[in-house]
Amino acid sequence: MDIFFILFALLTVVPAFLMVVTPNPVAGAVFLILSFIGMACLFVLLEAFFLAVLQILVYAGAIMVLFLFIIMLLDVREVEKLRPNTVTAAAAGVSLLLLVLGLIAVLAGDGLSGQLLSALPAVPDYPAADEPLGLAQKVKAYGYGLFTKYMLPFQLTGILLLIAMIGVIVLSKKRAAEEGAESAGADS
Amino acid sequence: MELVPLLLKILYAAIMLVVVLTIAGYSVLIERKVSAYQHGRIGPNRTTTPFIRPIPVIGPLLTRLGIIQLPADGLKFLFKEDFTPPYVNRPFFWAAPLIAFVPSLAVIAVIPFGQYTSPLTGEMIPLVLAPMDLGVIFVLAIGSLSVYGVVLAGWGSNSKYSFLGGIRSSAQMISYELSLGLSIFPVFLWMNAPGSDAGLSLSSVVEAQNTMWFLITCPLSAFLFLVGIFAETNRLPFDMAESETDLVGGFHTEYSSFKFGLFFVGEYGAMAVGSALFVLLFLGGWNFLPFLANPWPAGWIGSVLSVLWFLVKVVGMITFFVLIRWTLPRYRFDQVMKLGWTVLLPLAIANLIVNAAAVAIHDLW
Repeated sequence: MDIFFILFALLTVVPAFLMVVTPNPVAGAVFLILSFIGMACLFVLLEAFFLAVLQILVYAGAIMVLFLFIIMLLDVREVEKLRPNTVTAAAAGVSLLLLVLGLIAVLAGDGLSGQLLSALPAVPDYPAADEPLGLAQKVKAYGYGLFTKYMLPFQLTGILLLIAMIGVIVLSKKRAAEEGAESAGADS
Repeated sequence: MELVPLLLKILYAAIMLVVVLTIAGYSVLIERKVSAYQHGRIGPNRTTTPFIRPIPVIGPLLTRLGIIQLPADGLKFLFKEDFTPPYVNRPFFWAAPLIAFVPSLAVIAVIPFGQYTSPLTGEMIPLVLAPMDLGVIFVLAIGSLSVYGVVLAGWGSNSKYSFLGGIRSSAQMISYELSLGLSIFPVFLWMNAPGSDAGLSLSSVVEAQNTMWFLITCPLSAFLFLVGIFAETNRLPFDMAESETDLVGGFHTEYSSFKFGLFFVGEYGAMAVGSALFVLLFLGGWNFLPFLANPWPAGWIGSVLSVLWFLVKVVGMITFFVLIRWTLPRYRFDQVMKLGWTVLLPLAIANLIVNAAAVAIHDLW
């Protein structure tokens, strides 16, 4: 099991690093797909098969196709190198450090719910914690949990996505309107 | 894991791979023969070997059917010059055929192809390489990866025609994957309606169609799924990746020899797997006929019969794919987009909502 964990963790982390440093956007997208696949493999090791398949279906399969499509449509061959601002770099480093420390603190100490995270039951409390669940029932339990216990976070995520969508529409419409006004001004 | 079961699994996987590749190869022959029939030609009827020709009656018959054409074509691909143009992006150019080839074959691990009824206990076991409970989602997930082969081939070839083919293919995939995924939800809604608990595996879909096929109960789902499969496997009328009339060869313009052969076999493998999926989901799998009980006896004879019946249906679907290719003209690119977003997606959503309401009403009854 350890060998597999190391293998899949490397498959997740190494492409993620390469994705950040490569100047070629298409190669970056491919590295990101590899990283997603590694993450799905890690989910499999955790026996979260449904999440693993969803990770492939949604992220590696659907969203990254869209990314590649846009990169190819814009025909970006090489990203120009920007020297990072010292202050920005320092701020990024500090926030990364804080994030990692916070995660370690949450995982090691009392979780957000006031319980040790490792002490939380591995199987949702539906239908009964001590009853072993078949895979299909696990999907059902997943849906059940999503629509009862975690209804509020689920709905909020939906609203977040809606806000992002509306934001994109507003931004692109605004630019189109400005350009239209400019060209109209040039005409007159 | 112990060694013997592991070796057995590997052996089974190898056998299944050989069978699927053979079916994929012979669907090329089906394509050539059926298109010849539709054009009023004869099709491949000359290729033969010294060992087969002298057999009295069967030899000339096999020759005329073109059975030997497949190995001849395969060898031709192997022995052609493998030319890599100097301007391509090599890592992508080399990886793309593999990326196109592997997902379409990885899916066969979860595709059940027959049943074994134990003569002692009467228990029915589906024959499948990996009895996975998430079968159908797994198939959709792995199938969605196959587009990268086409896209990266188009981009890595560094030529205008290939690039356009890759772009069109990715746009088409984004548009049709949604309606493909949504179209099969009603089937699983009915299977998992309150009171029944069949899960998401492909073998339980077949069990649920014991006497009634989903083609009859969910015809709109079947139609949407069929269109989606045509788009996903890049078959006409949706072969935007290739469109040889305006893009020379589309994404594989720059490919030759064995690398082109991998694309070629991958395409036909995807078609065979797509046909098998349609048969499993909507044509009852290895169940005999709608409204009739299965005549398969217990024991291995029944297993062989069920597998053969399943293969008959799959070959029938492959022939249907081929007939459509040589009947309908290719859609124009903007028509493909319009059809996907303004017709198929709303239809799929409406289909899902109507079926969900029907399941709820059925539950109240």
